[in-house]
Amino acid sequence: MTPIASIEQLAESYDLVIVGAGPAGLSAAARAAELGLSVLLADENPAPGGQIYRAVTTTPVRNRAILGDDYWRGADIVGRFERSQATYAPRCTVWSIGPDETAPGTFELGLSLDGKARIISARQVILATGAQERPFPIPGWTLPGVMTAGAAQIALKSAGAIPSGRTVIAGCGPLLYLLAGQLAAAGCQIAAVLDTTQKGNWSKALGAIPDFLRSPYFAKGLKLMLAARRKLRFVAGVTSLTATGGGKLATVQFEQNGRTGTIACDTLLLHQGVIPSVNFSNAAGCAHDFDAEQHAWVPRVDAWFASTVPGIAIAGDGAGIGGAESAALRGEIAAFGAASRLGKLNEAERDRQAGPVRAELEKKLRGRRFLDLLYKPAPQFLAPPKDETIVCRCEEVTAGQIRDAAKRLGVTGPNQMKAFLRCGMGPCQGRLCGPTVVELIAETRGATPAETGYYRLRPPIKPVTLAELAALPQTEASVTAVVR
Amino acid sequence: MTRDRRNADVIVIGGGIHGCSTALHCAMRGLSVILIEKDHAGRHASGVNAGGVRQLARHVAEIPLSNASMALWHDIAELVDDDCGFTSDGQVLVAEDEADLEGCRARVADLTLRGFHHEEMIDARELRAIVPAVSETCPGGVISRRDGAAIPLRATQAFKRKAESLGATIREGVRVTKVEKDGSNWRVTTDAGAFLAPRIVNAAGAWADRIASDLGEPVPLEVIAPMLMITAPLPAFIKPVVILRGRKLSFKQFDNGTVLIGGGHLGTPLRDENVTLLDWRKLAISAGTVWDLFPIMRGAPVVRAWAGIEARMPDDLPVFGKSARHEGAYHQFGFSAHGFQLGPGAGAVMAEIIATGRSNVPIDGLDIARFTTTH
Repeated sequence: MTPIASIEQLAESYDLVIVGAGPAGLSAAARAAELGLSVLLADENPAPGGQIYRAVTTTPVRNRAILGDDYWRGADIVGRFERSQATYAPRCTVWSIGPDETAPGTFELGLSLDGKARIISARQVILATGAQERPFPIPGWTLPGVMTAGAAQIALKSAGAIPSGRTVIAGCGPLLYLLAGQLAAAGCQIAAVLDTTQKGNWSKALGAIPDFLRSPYFAKGLKLMLAARRKLRFVAGVTSLTATGGGKLATVQFEQNGRTGTIACDTLLLHQGVIPSVNFSNAAGCAHDFDAEQHAWVPRVDAWFASTVPGIAIAGDGAGIGGAESAALRGEIAAFGAASRLGKLNEAERDRQAGPVRAELEKKLRGRRFLDLLYKPAPQFLAPPKDETIVCRCEEVTAGQIRDAAKRLGVTGPNQMKAFLRCGMGPCQGRLCGPTVVELIAETRGATPAETGYYRLRPPIKPVTLAELAALPQTEASVTAVVR
Repeated sequence: MTRDRRNADVIVIGGGIHGCSTALHCAMRGLSVILIEKDHAGRHASGVNAGGVRQLARHVAEIPLSNASMALWHDIAELVDDDCGFTSDGQVLVAEDEADLEGCRARVADLTLRGFHHEEMIDARELRAIVPAVSETCPGGVISRRDGAAIPLRATQAFKRKAESLGATIREGVRVTKVEKDGSNWRVTTDAGAFLAPRIVNAAGAWADRIASDLGEPVPLEVIAPMLMITAPLPAFIKPVVILRGRKLSFKQFDNGTVLIGGGHLGTPLRDENVTLLDWRKLAISAGTVWDLFPIMRGAPVVRAWAGIEARMPDDLPVFGKSARHEGAYHQFGFSAHGFQLGPGAGAVMAEIIATGRSNVPIDGLDIARFTTTH
């Protein structure tokens, strides 16, 4: 592996550019380089690992029991990548992708590193941008002291930091138990875990139990859940959450079986599962479908994780949530696909080599459906019932405003809503409001999320400064212009 | 059932601000209207433009239409029951050097002779007073004080809703495939069946050349995709919209602090796919212009860039008025990336022409005959 320290060191073009250095990106890069492709792996973070293995090579958390064996498995994946011939650009943001009009069939990518931007080209692209936490809009979620479980995990992994004072963890999904266990092991004072898993989901998930019982998720999940329940105050069947405080978080109010409870706390960690992070694939023009079981927008991909845009593949959780171990395998498969499209190996050879990886992937994904069904968030946490709840944090747009525009102004989809209320127009480009806006419009108009659609996103996928743009190296492009 | 209406006095093809405004004004005159739009109202140029409401720096052939429109903008809530986000803080054309300023003087003098007084010269001191953040080196410019900006999609949809409330039938998601004569009517064939009317308005924007071809009036329409960028919120530093004379820039700060940077650098439109491709090297030129003109902006994060699909005519003027070949056919397209401001007024004038055969607002030089007849 060759690390890149400054943007000038990048080549003009690569066979394959991979975005994101989590398990999928690392495995795709290693495999593609082993197959003889020139590979660039670009990632925003200072060290490899993505979210799940964040800081696995640099973490100050020395006690292996705190983060658990699953986390440390990331070191092997990083090790293989480091032994490969791939080029690695840490602290590098990829902010645009589009066809290179001078060389049909290839891509132009805009990248920034240390405040300098460049445009390079790629023959194939693999997006391994992973998952994001599902937005969890409750009254008061914008108060200082309220953050996502993922944010707390980042602090723990990268800096060994834990929330100070009394901490409440609320929501649903496997990560909730994992984080509760990790934080408790690290010495965090956890006042309560408020579980919002819907009781009715159990019956829906029953049919998927046989697979789940034979899956790797089962033993691990059971262990986490039992450990968390044994050690911590655990409140199940929570149907409403409100964070309150003047200027910063003071209490969490919750409802359980129609009864109201209040817990004084300094930190509230919210989490209701993860969804594919679609900002990049959407801006790249890939088609997405609404997956009813994962209840999320998922890019449309084939057996090699190729998207509907020829030359762009999507590996890992970005193409549907499957977890870290499956992400690594999906990265491998995507790399085989890219290599064969570039003529590095024929289809028969591709299929032969990818066979065992596929078999392994099948095993890893077994049981996923049960988790999706069991942890599907309750409607009131997808579409907040209280009008004053902020939905778009960038532009401070409330649930009430969105419902009103959908009802009174006949706004039929999120793209029109954007123009009316500016939700989704902020720096996060809808990461934090998109799913909720879709739910609210769908609910108000009596449509499904699939019929309602999602934001059309445009580059820059991540903000890029005017200075970086202004200094972009120019080519001899003839510029025509119009006075507006 | 107006929803399923198949016949009307007027069929308007295209649901941009022009089509919606014409539909509204026809409905106000008591005509029955069907508006047919292939996507949704304001999906393209009318919904994603910079929102400039500008009389400043317009071609003289457009000025009467622009003036008529400006009167409507200043009373827009009266017309469509929605303020359309319209604000009027003026627009300023900044001269970057003495030669620029000399050009401005000549232009304002020419307009004065023609009896137009909306553009006024300002010196360096007044420029600095109005636009404190502008680079020290700019010697002055021109201001049009009644100019401003509005929210494009909101405005377009407000026209649509108001037209609908007055009885116009709005068919969104319906694509016109053919226009032909059928006795004394026009038959407009769509993917949702046929519609009939004695009069049709071609307000199909970047797709209008296809309608014109059906009418036997082919036009040299170029499909363009002017690009825009918007920044994260910055402290308030500028009220009016700023444009340049020499280089391409249109620049506006919204109430929420975000800054819109336009200027007409072009991306690539793919009109049959409804998408545009951005050209970052050209956007970099816009960024460089802002870098020179507004040092305060240098660290601003650009959070989004986009482009709309527009129609440009070779002379940068719209095609507006009666068909050169047929009774009962009218054109209202090719606004060449400066049609948003013209929408309200052009719709009023078009409805007047349809209803009475003529209008007092001069539209000389905008008719389709300039492309279809050989001199």
